[in-house]
Amino acid sequence: MKAVIAENLVKTYNKGAVKALDGLNLDVEEGTVLGVLGPNGAGKTTTVRILATLLSPDSGNATVAGIDVLKHPDEVRKLIGLSGQYAAVDETLTGWDNLIMFGRLYHLSAQATKQRAIELLEQFALSDAAKRPIKTYSGGMRRRLDLAASLIIRPKVLFLDEPTTGLDPRGRQDMWGVIDDLVKGGVTLLLTTQYLEEADHLADEIAVIDHGKVIARGTSDSLKKQVGGERLEIVVENEHLEIVKDIVARVSGSAINVDEGLRQISAPVTTGSKALIEAAKMLDEKGIHPLDIGLKRPSLDDVFLSLTGHVAEEKKEEEASVNKGRRRGK
Amino acid sequence: MINFISDAAVITKRQLLQLSRVPELLLFSTIQPIMFVLLFRYVFGGSIDTGQPGGYVQLLMPGIFVQTVAFTLAGTAVGLAADMQKGLIDRFRSLPISRSAVVIGRTLGDGALNIVVLTAMGVAGYAVGWRPTSSLFEVFLGFVFLLVFGFAMSWIGVLIGLSVREERVATNATFIVVFPLTFLSNAFAPTTGMPKPLQYVAEWNPVSTMVAACRELFGLENQFGATAGSFPSENPLQMSVIYMILIMAIFIPLSIRKYNNAAKK
Repeated sequence: MKAVIAENLVKTYNKGAVKALDGLNLDVEEGTVLGVLGPNGAGKTTTVRILATLLSPDSGNATVAGIDVLKHPDEVRKLIGLSGQYAAVDETLTGWDNLIMFGRLYHLSAQATKQRAIELLEQFALSDAAKRPIKTYSGGMRRRLDLAASLIIRPKVLFLDEPTTGLDPRGRQDMWGVIDDLVKGGVTLLLTTQYLEEADHLADEIAVIDHGKVIARGTSDSLKKQVGGERLEIVVENEHLEIVKDIVARVSGSAINVDEGLRQISAPVTTGSKALIEAAKMLDEKGIHPLDIGLKRPSLDDVFLSLTGHVAEEKKEEEASVNKGRRRGK
Repeated sequence: MINFISDAAVITKRQLLQLSRVPELLLFSTIQPIMFVLLFRYVFGGSIDTGQPGGYVQLLMPGIFVQTVAFTLAGTAVGLAADMQKGLIDRFRSLPISRSAVVIGRTLGDGALNIVVLTAMGVAGYAVGWRPTSSLFEVFLGFVFLLVFGFAMSWIGVLIGLSVREERVATNATFIVVFPLTFLSNAFAPTTGMPKPLQYVAEWNPVSTMVAACRELFGLENQFGATAGSFPSENPLQMSVIYMILIMAIFIPLSIRKYNNAAKK
């Protein structure tokens, strides 16, 4: 069963001047994780806001857990959890105060609310900080508390809008661990991200969006195949080019790419660091010391480049509208 | 309905909890009006001849009470704009709660804060010579009036806060609304000294009718200039009730609608 369905969503801002969503379609199978990948201004947040009942689309339909988002938003709200880019909790209150407040707003009994708050604080490693105001929390702790607040009712469908944007690497790792655990618990999750790595790590399926439309969709592996996956890249002195071509071809098993000018040989590999070690060993046996050797993982830019032919444009809605205004002015 | 009441109560409780977590909030929102009492009492008190027994402080206190509760608008607007900016309103709107509980909880919370502030001001006023000459019941009624007026003004704040969506803008926007409203009135100086056209504006100003109503309830006489003999000058109490109903009838539905369509920047 599909836990989330969005059909032909269109949303414009500034009286049609900015098209945030341009006929967006997506769905999420129950109990799976869909990663919505795209640059700023692609329409990720608008999509989440519509599905979470915060915004009405100009046209199109959406259902969450089988319920029409536009016709029965109140019913949908009982089943979803939402955690956004900005930690939407009351900073002057303590972590405990916040969870109790949201628990009461979900109409849990006082007893059930307390119990759930204790559980969640434990689960998110925030028990020690429970009685401290959120103001004193680190960025990662805030996000975790924000996420905890959205899980009070054990939602059927969870929306996470860029859950790790702005976090340091440590905070990101922690957050990934927390989300991993949730997913193991069987929640249906729609998460947006700007990082291919994050979608790769957390999502069963990835939908790439650009200019308010889904432009590609599939598992991380299938997308990577489309993009080319990881590539082994070796740079050597000219005299070794021929031998290294041979090595790379053997390690990769597929067509190699040679850039004579850069003295670089590269080829797609599927075994990751294993391929790197293998190649390094072979080079060593031949007594060749490469100028550079490494694995290049496809970035969001690579995905976009291969899917759209242009690099990911970091365009904010406001900027987009200003640019349009200027263009019209000419 | 039961859910609605409990939802609103949770939001009100949140605000009171904020006060207990950040006591400075309560401290400064009380100190400021007391400071006004002292400043006006001793700076202007000497130079304004009131012609009333007991001197300027008798006229001043109702004025400053009304000004203070009018400023409830600012607190509400700034608070909601901050919630909006931080995405808290988004979260509230994603919860299965009544569409008006958040704003009603907020206005009730801001109204409740006025009880503390007015009490502190009353004590400070008494200390510097304010002595209402009416019955205890009338004085009590005056304070009830002030609380309801503060509640009504708070709804204008809801609309401003949700519209500007940014804390700092809300601070500036509310100043522009509240300052002319409270100073273009009889609150601090008699309207009879103003240019004639301005007297009409000042005397029809809801703040003026509120001040006049409170003065009446505290046992003072009112002076009117251009509008002497007209309905608001003859019946400041009734006129104030009409204004409060009018403000709430307009701003409560507008505010709730705004909340439902609220979108974070």
